[in-house]
Parts: sequence; structure tokens; C-alpha cells
Amino acid sequence: MKTFQQIDIATQELDPEVRASVYKTGKLKIETRQKVLARDFGSRTDKIRETAGLIKQHTLEHLDQYLEQAERVLIKNGVKVHFAADAKRANDIVFDIMRCNNATKVVKSKSMVSEEIGLVPYLESNGMEAVETDLGEFIIQIDDDHPSHIVSPIIHKNRRQIAKSFEREGLGDYNDDPSVITRRARKHLRNKFMLADVGITGANLVSAESGRIVLLTNEGNARFSMAPARIHIAIVGVEKLVPRDRDLAVFLNILTRSSTGQQLTVYTEFICGPRNPGQKNGPEQMHVIFLDNKRTEVLASECREILRCIRCGACLNVCPVYRQAGGHAYRSVYPGPLGAVLSPLLAGEQFPQLADLPKASSLCGACHEVCPVNIPIPDLLLRLRNKGKEMGVAHAQKGTPDMTAWSLLATHPTAWNTALQLGHAMNYTPESILNSIPSASAWLSSRSLPEFRGGQFRKWMKKRK
Amino acid sequence: MTSITPQRQIPASKRVLLMATCLCDAFFDSAAKATVEILESVGCEVLFPDGQTCCGQPAFNAGDWVASRKVIRHFAKVFAGNEPIVVPSGSCAAMIFHGALLAFENESDKATIQALANRTWELTDYLVNGLGIKEWKGIFPHRVAFHRSCHTRGTGSADAAQQLLQSIRNLDLLTVGEAEQCCGFGGTFSVSFPVLSQKIGELKLQHLTENKPDYLASLDLGCGIHIGGLLAKQASSLQVLHVAQILRDAQLNNQRFITQ
Repeated sequence: MKTFQQIDIATQELDPEVRASVYKTGKLKIETRQKVLARDFGSRTDKIRETAGLIKQHTLEHLDQYLEQAERVLIKNGVKVHFAADAKRANDIVFDIMRCNNATKVVKSKSMVSEEIGLVPYLESNGMEAVETDLGEFIIQIDDDHPSHIVSPIIHKNRRQIAKSFEREGLGDYNDDPSVITRRARKHLRNKFMLADVGITGANLVSAESGRIVLLTNEGNARFSMAPARIHIAIVGVEKLVPRDRDLAVFLNILTRSSTGQQLTVYTEFICGPRNPGQKNGPEQMHVIFLDNKRTEVLASECREILRCIRCGACLNVCPVYRQAGGHAYRSVYPGPLGAVLSPLLAGEQFPQLADLPKASSLCGACHEVCPVNIPIPDLLLRLRNKGKEMGVAHAQKGTPDMTAWSLLATHPTAWNTALQLGHAMNYTPESILNSIPSASAWLSSRSLPEFRGGQFRKWMKKRK
Repeated sequence: MTSITPQRQIPASKRVLLMATCLCDAFFDSAAKATVEILESVGCEVLFPDGQTCCGQPAFNAGDWVASRKVIRHFAKVFAGNEPIVVPSGSCAAMIFHGALLAFENESDKATIQALANRTWELTDYLVNGLGIKEWKGIFPHRVAFHRSCHTRGTGSADAAQQLLQSIRNLDLLTVGEAEQCCGFGGTFSVSFPVLSQKIGELKLQHLTENKPDYLASLDLGCGIHIGGLLAKQASSLQVLHVAQILRDAQLNNQRFITQ
């Protein structure tokens, strides 16, 4: 079959078993989401989505003010606050904190922002031990793989593959029983937790009012990583702020319901600062690194709404393209509809390399419909298509018919009507000739064309007068 | 879903301008004829501006907004006036009342386009929410699977169409699994991403045909040309009809029934 675009080729090459697993998981999560939201919020669901979107949009439009407020209160809470302009700076800050504290061992919770900055490979190449403690991310790490979903990183793997990886890593004989796999990972990771100097987390939400950092996990690994470790480092994208503690409730109500269909995750942590003198456990030091990494550029762009994203993954789960292509097809840390907007923007000057991602959408709008912060994703994809066209990114235009001749016809009614007459030739053109036109052959590879009946309606309409 | 339709006035007059769409112009004259006939049957005077061509969506979706704006400006000129503009397509209607506003957000003639948007209706949305028709007198003794086309999301159209179909005597409106899922057409997407488009389409077809319909129905013949094309390639005789065709045929069946 004729294919033009990288994502289409990746779809063709994707293992059918992986596709089936991605589809099944996505469908199940969306159905659970729908059921839980209907049961708990009914017709108020859209109002909550819209409210959450407005809170985030307001925060973004006053981000300078809320960042300053958060910094002040975090310092008051005993937290050391850092600002990192880019990935390299964020990684360097982490490394410096470790070196100054003679720390060499890190346990890390799941965090997309750490994927974005490549933290684990950076620390490993600088002689540190860094272990992923989320089960899915741990499997990604031992396989030297990449997550293909922002919430379910191993959505593309099955238990037989995982059992083989565990066997290879000396974590026991081959056994693909999920409960055995989990027990083995748990035993292995427990030692790592106990010996770690530093626990690194992201943040799902940060209240500018109190400095509270909210961490949501189902495995309790974020909580565990803060128990024996001396130092807690939270790396936080600047867009994670919300104004007040009471706003957290709105997001806690909608985030996990959208993501996994749970009312709440199993563990919900509110972290205010390091251990205080009265507490027996907890890190002695806490650091928050606010990461920009092109976010302020996104904020200044026409696609700033994408910064509302709270990484629930619902748009991936519902997306017909993601379900067929899988996450790796997007060639970036953030896949799916959210990624098709965010990844090219975060790429900065490398935008052209990912300018094909916004094209890989039928613009069906299912992503907008499920988004808990009401991001008009199709509108943003369209703006980025326009940007790609204006920049003349050739590979993004591949397979898209040129619109110059069409727009000429569509603005000249006489020519348009002539074309409607001439088009009848199509009915007599053998398919072999039509196939010499790339877009016609792409169409005809799986679909036939109906009879061309150009001008028939106009004739009928005229006769009626 | 958050609404994308503009604040529209309920029209006082029943004079409407018909935008037939380029797909009806080229392939689906029967759907456009049915549209005229049902509008007239509810007392509308249907005007067809001759200079009409297309809504501008192909270029808009392709990212060529310069070309798209030229076509939208042409549309605005051809459809000047105060009458409601009625379109037998959720997608082309949404292009005018939503897409065009995006394409013109930084343009000096944005207000002209906003006024155009405020007069534009998808056909069944106009019948139900514009004219207040809540049920359709007719008989259609067939099993129908309705494809909820994506560009009617955030509009009143899909509900309106289903309300009308449901009210038709003997019409068995079937349940369709994963109704929120796309058919994989997406305009130029269908030719620039043929593998994705086909796979999404075949899955949609499974859902649509699961309950053994006699006909598939849609408010969008973009979806229709794709789904119909897949069906024909599989040598299936199942037909995709525009909802307007079913409304018209139901009326005709009703008249036959009464005269018998």
C-alpha cells in the first residue's frame, strides 16, 4: 500500500499483538472513565471539565505571579527552590545536589518530566545509580525501552515479554504470572528503596497558596521513596501550578477518573516540605526544581492551552489514531493527541522534525470531548498544520494534495462548474490510470469511488424553478 | 462536550439558502435533492445561490489557511444576506461556524465571518432546534445504524437526527458500539495516512454492521464516501444514506400508505 507519512508506516509495521493490547486497554479505560463520571457527576461532568480548564488557563495567564508566590511559600516551608531553563540545567541541578551531599543512589517515581529531560540516562552516565520504581517504568528501564503511554508506560508489552526480561535480569526463572512478576519486582526494589540517598519525584499538582505538592500513585512508590532517603527532589514543570489548595479538589476529582476510572489513586500524597524536627521519618532536605524547557515559549504561542494538560492520558486512550499506531509511532516523549501538539512545540527549533505529528489526526475531536481540562486539541493541531505549511516543512506535506489549483477553482464558479462536467471522465478512467495519481492510488488501495455525478443536482434544481 | 455552535437566533422567516456541499455537487445529488424536498415539505422556501462551490475545509485541514481563507471569502460573498444557511453536512456546517472563525481570528474581516457563522446550520439541527420540529411523520420499515459523524460533536445535530429517526414509524434505530469513534475519513487524512484511515474505517464498519442493519445513515457524506468505499471494495451491497434521504423516503412511504 502507498504510504507517505512516518506514522502511517509505523502503523503498518506495528506488531498486531501490540495493537490489540493498546486498543483493548484504551477502550477499557475510556469505558470505565465514562461509567464513573456518569455515576458520580452525571450531567455536571462538562461543567467540571470546563471549570478545571478555566482554573488552569487563569493560572497560566498569571504564571509569573503564581510562580513567585509558590517560591516564597516553599522557601518558608523549608524547601530549596531552583529554576531550570532547560533539560541540561535541570539535570545539572540534580547532579550538584547529589554531589554536595555525597549521594550516589537514587530511587525515582514515575514522572514524564524526567523522561523529557532524560534524567536517568544522564545520572547513570555520570556514575550515579538511578532506579525506576514504578513497575512499568522499571520494566522499561531493564529493557532499555521507552514508555509508549504517559500513564501506562508498558501498554505495548505483554506478560510473556516481561517474564523473559525478568529471567534475563536474574530476577528468577521464567514465570509470566503477573502476581509473581510484581512480587519479584517488589522484592528487588525494596532493597533499592532502603539503600537510596535520594528520592526523585515529579508532581501532579502544586498549590501556589501553600506550596503543597500533590503526588498520585497506585503503587505507593513515591511515598516509599521519601521514607529512607535523606533528600527529596521534586522536578516540576512550571505549568503544574494551581492558585489555591481548594482548587486541588477540582483536579483530584477529575484527574484519576479521566485517567484510569478510579475515584482516587491508591496513594495521594500532599507534601509540604522536608521533615520537621518533630517528625521521626522523612527526608532532611527537600528541593523543588521548576522546569521551563520551552514552556514559556509555548505560553507565548497560539497553542498555550496545551499547557493546561494534567497528563491523565484520556486523549490517548480514546484516540483512533493512537489506538492503531501505538505510542512509539510519535517519536517523542509525549505521544497521542496531547503529544502531537506538545512535542513539536517543546522541540523548539527542531519543530520541523515533528511537524508531521499534527497531521496524523482525522480531527475527530474525541480528545477534546474527554479532556478533563477542556483543551480544544483539534484546534491546536490545525494551528500547527498552518504553522508547518507556513514554514514549508516538506515531509509534513507528504501525501497532502496541493490546494492551489483547488482554491482557484473554488473561487471561480464558472471554472468549478466546468470541472464538475469534466469530472465525468473519471467514470470511464481505468483504475490503473487513476493509480498513477498518488492520492487516488492511496484512496483506491482500500476503497472504491462512487459514480461521479457532477452537476446533476444543479440541473435538477434549475428545472424546478 | 462543550458546545462549539455560536449563539444563533431562531429564524423568523422560512426562506433558507442551501449550501449543497461539494460532495453532493460531485457525487451525491440524491442527498441534495432529498434535502430540498424535506425542507420544502416543512414549508421552507429553498434558494440555491449559483456561485457556490465549497466551504474551504480541504485547504483548512491541509494547513493551507491562505488558500482556505480565499474560499471562505468567496463563500461569504455568495451567501450574503440574512437568511439561515442550511447545509446537509455536519462537517461543512462546523467549518463555517467553527473552523472559519479560527482561520480568521487574526484577520480584519473577522466580523463578516462571525456573522456568517451565526446564520449557518446543519440540516437536522435546523429542523429540530431552528424550526422546532420534534417528530417526523413517516414510515421506514428498516433497520438503520446511525453513524454519529465526528464534526457534529459539540453541536445539536447528532441528537437532532436521532430524535427524528427514532420518531419514524417502523424504523428500527440500532445500537452502535463505540459510537464516539471516528470512521477514519478525515478529508486529506484519508489519502495522506491510508493505512491508519483503512484500519480505523474497518473497525468502524465492524461496529456499524454488528446488529445487521438494512441501511447505514449519516449526516456527513465525507464519512459516507469512505465507509461506502470500504463496503464496495468488500463487495458488500450495504448502502450508506444521508439522513435526509431517509426522512424523505419515510414521507413518501407515508403518503403511499395513506393513499392505499
